[in-house]
Amino acid sequence: MTAQVSSGTAARWNDAVAKDIIDARRSEPGAMLPILHDLQEAFGYVDQSAVPVIADVLNVSRAEVHGVITYYHDFRHAPAGKHVLKICRAEACQSVGCRDLIAHVEQKHGLELGKTSPDGSITVEEVFCLGNCALSPAVLLDGELIGRVTIDDIDQIIETAARPA
Amino acid sequence: MTMRIFISKDAAALSVGADKVAKTLSAELASRGIAADIVRTGSRGLFWLEPMVEVATAAGRIAYGPVTSADVASLVDSLTASGMHPLCLGPVDAIPYLAKQERLTFARVGVIDPTSVADYIAHGGYEGLEKAIALSPADIVEEVTKSGLRGRGGAGFPTGIKWKTVLGASADQKYIVCNADEGDSGTFADRMIMEGDPLLLVEGMTIAGLAVGATLGYIYIRSEYPHAFRAFQTAVDAARKAGYLGASVAGSGKAFDIIVRLGAGAYVCGEETALLESLEGKRGIVRAKPPLPALKGLFGKPTVINNVLSLAAVPHILADGWKTYADYGMGRSRGTLPFQLAGNIKFGGLVEKAFGLSIHEAIYEFGGGTRSGRPVRAVQIGGPLGAYFPSSLFDTALDYEAMAAKKGMLGHGGIVVFDDTVDLAAQARFAFEFCVKESCGKCTPCRIGSTRGVETIDRILAGEDPAKPLALVRDLSQTMLDGSLCAMGGLTPYPVLSAIDHFPEDFQRGLTRVAAE
Repeated sequence: MTAQVSSGTAARWNDAVAKDIIDARRSEPGAMLPILHDLQEAFGYVDQSAVPVIADVLNVSRAEVHGVITYYHDFRHAPAGKHVLKICRAEACQSVGCRDLIAHVEQKHGLELGKTSPDGSITVEEVFCLGNCALSPAVLLDGELIGRVTIDDIDQIIETAARPA
Repeated sequence: MTMRIFISKDAAALSVGADKVAKTLSAELASRGIAADIVRTGSRGLFWLEPMVEVATAAGRIAYGPVTSADVASLVDSLTASGMHPLCLGPVDAIPYLAKQERLTFARVGVIDPTSVADYIAHGGYEGLEKAIALSPADIVEEVTKSGLRGRGGAGFPTGIKWKTVLGASADQKYIVCNADEGDSGTFADRMIMEGDPLLLVEGMTIAGLAVGATLGYIYIRSEYPHAFRAFQTAVDAARKAGYLGASVAGSGKAFDIIVRLGAGAYVCGEETALLESLEGKRGIVRAKPPLPALKGLFGKPTVINNVLSLAAVPHILADGWKTYADYGMGRSRGTLPFQLAGNIKFGGLVEKAFGLSIHEAIYEFGGGTRSGRPVRAVQIGGPLGAYFPSSLFDTALDYEAMAAKKGMLGHGGIVVFDDTVDLAAQARFAFEFCVKESCGKCTPCRIGSTRGVETIDRILAGEDPAKPLALVRDLSQTMLDGSLCAMGGLTPYPVLSAIDHFPEDFQRGLTRVAAE
């Protein structure tokens, strides 16, 4: 089993590789979500072209596959930026100022939740609870949890992401 | 002699730099030629002290915290010479926050290496399973029933009764499903178990399997918990290798294995039937009940579906007997609950206590008040669907029935503290907004009601006289309470109505502001 935790660094979509990933779980009961996670892990998103292939392998309708992909918040329909920053906006983080953090991201950096920066360096997403509620506000940067996040931390994360590697 | 040092690798500890401290310490010890083992553990749950470093001594483990990498050199100095380091907290077990707790489920978390079956067994692990193997399935169910254990996910349904139904069902295949979709804000107990003592949960699921005749278990871990997912997968692999999962569990001749699954960011999949749909590879849409999952659950087969903390309580119940467990608690809430102190709180962390602790004791005696230093104005207990309580209700006992009597709920034991800068009208709006985002869409009160709720609260925030819109919100809330298919729509009115009832002044602010302009 792969790590199944998307980090934002991924290969370009490849139909043949995608088919192999899908086939590998062909006989697993309830394989839909594991397949979608594997695809997203490999490519950073689930390409539209995978829908009929999954439908065929799992013997379900394309509508069902489409329904699952669009139902869950995790699955992306296009590649994410080089880095993915998930900012928690649930109650524990609200109690220590996550609304200010998000306003800062939107106003100072001109980034929108759910969107990727124009230079492709970072995708900022909202998330509801990372389980770090005693050390709020919390964010998840490329799968790494960061606690007691300040506005300065956010500036640093976004500026570091924008720098050419 | 090789020195033994313990540093947490719990995600929360990592989030404030535990890895960096461990790395710096390892390099510092090596450069001085000091032989030391650095064991990575779960967290004790004293999060304001993380990264915490514990050093084994003849007098037990001595704790230091919060340690930064800049403290490491002086810390090593104090270990090799005599003299107290300023960050020294003394023996970890004597820290009052820990000493005052009753840790049954969390006894090993922060103590052992969570990846090691040998360490788990050395600290009393698998004693419950050994007992269970010697008992008949009906006797295991009886033990759990007598212990009074109730579902720790929030609903509080007696675990033993659920198991009995599955035991009594006949089918070619039965399943154990562990609900590890811990989506409530203010909760992290499940995550701490999966990272800090995952074998406890493996053992609990295995005992459940023996009790009802299920040979396969699934655990559904939310994708927001990547560390827990990896830690639990590691533990399952270790248990299998050690013969505690597989065709003959611990040589008993009985089979049980676990498949680890990852959620995909849908809060409603914490609802048990939505979770089952999701495991089957479908959209996480809530099922109508009946049929109960106990009779027609995963893939249509009889299924025990329990929360992480419910299953994690089971090994202790079997090992020490139902009575030891039932002796904790009050009324119909037996045993202990791991409370989670969260949000704007000075000493945030995990407090495992018998039911019956008051809110006041939790947030002041343990929590030390707000982190901001301002007065506490409200607490939200039981996650995003839990009620907001004002200080006048802080004498309420944290027990299922006492909370319900005050129109609140205990839920999964998360307590989120807010200081006096909180705007409860904004929090009420958020409750509806969250329901808009997370509703599965199957039933109308939840799908449509949540959107109408946001719109109506927006009118109040914009400065309309709140009398009419509030009457509408109350009417809408009643419809959602009565007509929703599950807790998502059915409990969203809790935070909304409690905000209106206990903090009516916050709903006047829009009007006052507009009048002043």
